[in-house]
Amino acid sequence: MNQQIPQVSSTLSFQDKLESTLVRWGIGRMDHTVEPGIYAVGNPNQDSPVLISANYKLSFDALRKELKNINAYIVVIDTKGINVWCAAGKGTFGTEEIVNRLKKVGLDQIVSHKTIIVPQLGAPGVAAHEVQQQTGFRVVYGPVRASDIPAFLKAGLKVSKEMRQVRFAFIDRLHLVPLELTISIKYLLLLIMTFLFVTAFSPTGLNWNPAINLLLAYLAGTVLGPLLLPWLPGRSFSVKGIFTAFIAISIAAHFNIIGVTKREMSAWLLIIPAISSFLLMNFTGSSTYTSLSGVQKEMKIAVPLQSTALVLGSILWIITKFI
Amino acid sequence: MDNNQVYLKNVATLKLDVTKCIGCNRCIEVCPHEVLVMEDKKAKIVTLDACMECGACAKNCPTKAITVKSGVGCAAGIINGILRGTEPTCDCSDPGSCC
Ligand code: SF4
Ligand code: SF4
Repeated sequence: MNQQIPQVSSTLSFQDKLESTLVRWGIGRMDHTVEPGIYAVGNPNQDSPVLISANYKLSFDALRKELKNINAYIVVIDTKGINVWCAAGKGTFGTEEIVNRLKKVGLDQIVSHKTIIVPQLGAPGVAAHEVQQQTGFRVVYGPVRASDIPAFLKAGLKVSKEMRQVRFAFIDRLHLVPLELTISIKYLLLLIMTFLFVTAFSPTGLNWNPAINLLLAYLAGTVLGPLLLPWLPGRSFSVKGIFTAFIAISIAAHFNIIGVTKREMSAWLLIIPAISSFLLMNFTGSSTYTSLSGVQKEMKIAVPLQSTALVLGSILWIITKFI
Repeated sequence: MDNNQVYLKNVATLKLDVTKCIGCNRCIEVCPHEVLVMEDKKAKIVTLDACMECGACAKNCPTKAITVKSGVGCAAGIINGILRGTEPTCDCSDPGSCC
C-alpha cells in the first residue's frame, strides 16, 4: 500500500503523558500541534476506517491511544492547534477544512469506501450534507468520548444513545480543577498583597487573616464550586457560588479569622461571596452544558451585584482597620 | 444526581420549524444533550433547558428547519467580547486553557 503515509503508534510515550499533565496545570504554554495530513495506525488497507481529528496534540493522542490492535487511518485537519470542540465553535474545525484536507491527502486514492468518521463534538462546525455534496464522502458522527471508539467500530459504526451524550461527571470536573486554580491566581495574589499592605499600615499591624479569608473565597469558587456543582442549589452558577462562599465563611468563622467586630464580619460577608460567585460564574466556560443566552442573562444580574459587593465590602473592611 | 445538567429555564433560543423537517435524524445524532427526539417521522424539542446552543443541529439540518443563536456559553468569553466590542469569543491564543 501507500508507503508515504506516516505511521503512528497507539501507545503514548512518557513524554506524551508528561505533556498532557503540564497542559492540564497550565504550565509551559508551548505549541501543541500535530502536522495536518493522513496517518496510519496499525496496518490499514483500502477498506479501513478513516477518522478525522483536530491537530491539537492532546486530541490526537486521546484518539490514537484508543486504537490498540485496530487498523485505521487518521486524517488530521488544521485547526490551528485547538481542540475539536473549541475549533468547531470557531469554525476552524469545519466543512471547508475537511473538504480541502480530504482532497489534499487524496483520500479517494487511498480507500475504496466512501465514509469518514467525524467526532460528534465537531458537529457545530461541520455540515455533513455539504461535505458529502463536495467530496462524495458520507459523514458518520463518531462517539463523544474517544474511549468508545473501539466499541463503535466493532458495532459497524453504530453510536449508542449513551455514546452521544456529553457527561459532566465528578471526574470530569475534577480534571478541570487544576486549570481553574491556576487561571486567576495572579488576581488572587494581587488582592492578597493589597489587603496585607493595608493591615501593615493599620494601627493593629500586619495580620495574615485577610489573606486566609481571600484564599478561602478563591478555593470556594475554583475547587468547591466545580466539584459540588450538581448538588449546589440554584441553576445559575453565580448563585451556586454564594452557597460555596457560605462553606468558606463557616470555615473562617470556625477558626475565628473572620474578624472580631461585627463590622469586619459584615465586610467579609460581602467580599467572600462576591469573589466565590464571580469565579464560579467563570466556570461556565469549562462546563459542558451552559448556553450563551443563559450565561448572558445570568451575568446581567450577577456582575453588578458582585462588583458592588466587592467594592462595598473592601471599603467597609478598610474603614474597620483604621477606625 | 450527577446528571442534573439543565441550565436556566426557557432561555435557549432553539427553534424548530416542523413543516420543513424531513425526518432525517441528523439533529438527534449530533445533539450532545438529548434535546430532540424523533416522533412520527419528525424531530421534536423535548428538553429545551438542556440546550447549550452549540449549533450542531442547525448546522447539520439539510432543510434549515432548525435555528439557534449559537455561541460560547462562557462568562470569560462574554467579558472578552464586551471588552473588544465583538461577539462573545474565547481567547484561544492559548489553546490549552481554551474552553
Ligand atoms: S436535521 Fe432537520 S430535517 Fe433532519 S430530522 Fe432534524 S430537523 Fe428534521
Ligand atoms: S444547539 Fe446543540 S444542544 Fe441545542 S439542540 Fe442543537 S445540538 Fe442540541
